[in-house]
Amino acid sequence: MAFDQDTVRRTAHLARMALPQTEIPAVAEQLERIMELIGTLRAIGTEDTSPMAHPLDLDQPLRSDTVDHRDRRAVLMANAPAVEHGLFLVPKVIE
Amino acid sequence: MELHELSLRALHQGLQERRFSSVELTGALLARIARMNPTLNAFLTVTETEALAAAAAADARRAAGEDGLLLGIPVAHKDIFCTAGVRTTCGSKMLERFVSPYSATVVERLAAEGMVMLGKLNMDEFAMGSSNETSYFGAVRNPWHTGMVPGGSSGGSAAAVAAGLVPAATGTDTGGSIRQPAALCGVTGIKPTYGRVSRYGMIAFASSLDQGGPLARSAEDCALLLNVMAAHDPRDSTSHPAAASDFLRGLDRPLQGLRVGVPEEFFGAGLDPEVAAAVQAGIEELARQGASVQSVRLPNNPYAVSTYYVLAPAEASSNLARFDGVRYTHRTEVPKDLTDLYQRSRYEGFGAEVRRRILVGTYVLSAGYYDAYYRKAQQVRSLIREDFRRAFAEVDVIIGPTTPTPAFPLGAKNADPVAMYLADIYTIAVNLAGIPAMSLPCGFTRGGLPIGMQLMGDYFADDLLLNVAHRYQRETPWHTARPSFITGEA
Amino acid sequence: MGWEVVIGLEVHAQLNTATKIFCGCSTTFGAEPNSHTCPVCLAMPGALPVLNEAAVDKAIALGLAIGAELNRQSVFARKNYFYPDLPKGYQISQYELPVVGKGTLTISLTDGTEKVVGVTRAHLEEDAGKSLHEAFVDQSGIDLNRAGTPLLEIVSEPDMRSPAEAVAYLKKLHALVRYLDICDGNMQEGSFRCDANVSLRRPGAPLGTRAEIKNLNSFRFLEKALEYEIARQRDILERGGCIVQETRLYDAGRGETRSMRSKEEANDYRYFPDPDLLPLVLDPARIARVRGTLPELPDIKRARFMRQYALPAYDAGVLTMSRVLADYYEQVAVGVDSKLAANWVMGELLGALNKAGIEIETCPVSAEKLRLLVQRIEDQTISGKIAKEIFEDLFHSGGEVDAIIEKRGLRQITDTGAIAALVDGIVAAHPQQVADFRAGKDKLLGFFVGQVMKASKGKANPDQVNTILLERLRKE
Repeated sequence: MAFDQDTVRRTAHLARMALPQTEIPAVAEQLERIMELIGTLRAIGTEDTSPMAHPLDLDQPLRSDTVDHRDRRAVLMANAPAVEHGLFLVPKVIE
Repeated sequence: MELHELSLRALHQGLQERRFSSVELTGALLARIARMNPTLNAFLTVTETEALAAAAAADARRAAGEDGLLLGIPVAHKDIFCTAGVRTTCGSKMLERFVSPYSATVVERLAAEGMVMLGKLNMDEFAMGSSNETSYFGAVRNPWHTGMVPGGSSGGSAAAVAAGLVPAATGTDTGGSIRQPAALCGVTGIKPTYGRVSRYGMIAFASSLDQGGPLARSAEDCALLLNVMAAHDPRDSTSHPAAASDFLRGLDRPLQGLRVGVPEEFFGAGLDPEVAAAVQAGIEELARQGASVQSVRLPNNPYAVSTYYVLAPAEASSNLARFDGVRYTHRTEVPKDLTDLYQRSRYEGFGAEVRRRILVGTYVLSAGYYDAYYRKAQQVRSLIREDFRRAFAEVDVIIGPTTPTPAFPLGAKNADPVAMYLADIYTIAVNLAGIPAMSLPCGFTRGGLPIGMQLMGDYFADDLLLNVAHRYQRETPWHTARPSFITGEA
Repeated sequence: MGWEVVIGLEVHAQLNTATKIFCGCSTTFGAEPNSHTCPVCLAMPGALPVLNEAAVDKAIALGLAIGAELNRQSVFARKNYFYPDLPKGYQISQYELPVVGKGTLTISLTDGTEKVVGVTRAHLEEDAGKSLHEAFVDQSGIDLNRAGTPLLEIVSEPDMRSPAEAVAYLKKLHALVRYLDICDGNMQEGSFRCDANVSLRRPGAPLGTRAEIKNLNSFRFLEKALEYEIARQRDILERGGCIVQETRLYDAGRGETRSMRSKEEANDYRYFPDPDLLPLVLDPARIARVRGTLPELPDIKRARFMRQYALPAYDAGVLTMSRVLADYYEQVAVGVDSKLAANWVMGELLGALNKAGIEIETCPVSAEKLRLLVQRIEDQTISGKIAKEIFEDLFHSGGEVDAIIEKRGLRQITDTGAIAALVDGIVAAHPQQVADFRAGKDKLLGFFVGQVMKASKGKANPDQVNTILLERLRKE
């Protein structure tokens, strides 16, 4: 079983989502079902197949190094839950 | 015909001949939305004031001598497209109060043509769903039967067009999210070749699969919209330099000599017989018009769903990391520290299906599993693309059902996420390969539910798909049928 | 048996482009918080990155300068982790396929030998924003102006064997990025940052467990931190203990490294190719164009200075430390003795700059003025000593060389008759010292020279003073 409850907890922590203890068994079961679906891929031989990262067979385009806009700080920060002195506020970051 | 039943072509003609103004048209549709949306829940935001102002501006442009094909015609956007100054929720509590500071390229392009935005359309949360039931703002109902789902994730777009609330809408398709709701709501929708339509300002679900496109009442209407939507955008690195095209030009070409491929893999177990029969009839109609039909193989198609549920969640887990409660979005009450801020904001802001996919995506990318899952899925993705490459060496279009069943009852597949995932069994491979595909109505079940037929083409064969669909629609009535609001539960 | 020190450095050089790596926001330092932001670098929903070509060109320049393989195709990947100064929740970096592959950097050691240090790779990535902790109680403020500034991370092989070698490597790299004009090299503002990986082993043994030291924002801190860390590890190993693989922060105030407990939590960055960006393909024409704009590189310039100006290796090395200094020297050396010019640039000029705490870029004395000053020494208009006084004037108050000489009457006295008169006066005034000298106290010559120079207000030609003095003193 890929998704036991510990794996759910560890993965949820990596993804920074606080799952309540009561939800974990059900989530583990659903994720296990999904992993079973995904597990069918193991049946396919892919030794000589190169991975496909993207549908476009193109190169990365480049932009010229020029400033393309003015300061829009007020609009850009309007959705922020906590702002002071032009800074986004978060609980103290401990180094 | 009433205003809400007219095609884009007919609307343009009416505006051009001054039979009605854009303000009148807009007002009529806003009234219809006010009347019907409480039942359908297709619109999340109706921008009435802005719409009437835009309509007046369009009328002024027309009075000044402009005559754009879309000038003054209403449209509505899936709420995944950012609209400056207008709430953009992506169907999530996370963005319940998010007013975008900028507009998506698609929104800008259509607005520049003088299209009048009526509002923002409901969708599965972050486009993750096939029934529109994962929306934080409640499910959308299918206009053909309000006890049924409209499909997803562009369920609001498909339902709004089907119900005549708006003549055309934008949608996005990551694993079938334009085609599947188009099929279930009896409208026409196209997922263009990856790279045709700019993703700038389109909230990312899975970046290598997401593609925007139109939903409308006919292939011709889709072509009119796509003519504006498809364009190279320097703000999107994955926008194709040759994205633009004139999709109207070849629309009427006869189908004589067209080579149609029918994949056996799309007609196996699990396919509803009524759907199978309607699609077969659709193929016969094309044959009647001169197309040759042959069988093709897509042997890796059965693995498309599994491949998709590695790659899409992996990309999503990273794409959705920006929703952290710092610069915008939902922030939990009184976080005790930074980790708590992240963990509770993200738990509270995302719904169960989104959380599930983030967990799957995080897991398949995590140390020790990357090769077994992510890399493996990328390899199978190559094989799936190879299947199409081989098939398109023999045929011009591939045809099959869009969905295995018609619309299913609300709540029917909520208990088992995997059962829901299989609703996209015929649409997902297309996104993995990045090729274009569309869904168009091809009949009804005995119960009166629409059935969709899917056309798939090679890279940049979008125009051919629209051509085939248009010729089909010239000879068939299915796309002209309108729902007569069946209410009640299934 | 002793311990062998093994050091590798990871340098983050901020590329001095006008705009950020993936959006058109300005990279100017010191703006109002969050005023250099846009939907892309604030990670607004739906915003997408587009690569800045100047960042690519600067990476190519570094690659060419260190003789590295340039990867024809490189890939941007996402490094996923949550931190408030990282708005997307991932950093766009390069992981499996970096733009610059293996290269080398040759460093000069104090014993005069040279050593080749391997460069493993250099890759493009974006910088994070800044968290400000001081202004608020229980809160941090986030400024994302720096978020998205292009960085070139240059990773060395673990080839260095002492703190001195590490410092020499870092200085060499620092000089190089400034030569190439790809980074302003400002270590205080964080445009050129260094992390060090340090381990100890018995000679010939496999590599030991390493510690990574962060926050080394000066050459001196690098040296101090390495010395401290080496001693710390040696103590542990000699007591039979084990080194823990960890990240340690250098605390300059205490002069020690300490474990960053908050980062001890195992990181799982879940790297995968960024689907918003396509593979970066280096077109040969682009590489050729960058090659065409490369300046003469430090090693080549140094060799040329030794050859063209007949300078010793040390002088050539100092003068080619920076491109601006080298250019300055070459202007001073026009038409004058090249070694004398070198002495003046390395001695008076660098000394004065150092004392005043200013850079050669903003030197108040132009190369042309210094050239003239050196020329006046050569043509015997002034003595070296007077020249130093004039230099002080030029440096602190400005002015023109010849005008100062004339105004202050500093022209050297070379008239033999006038010098002889001065000498005679001094000899006559010091009979006792003359007697002592003649009795064998040779050292008194200095006294007489000093007296004559003083009497001439420093203007008498010292060679002539010497000659005439000896002549008079020895005459019985």
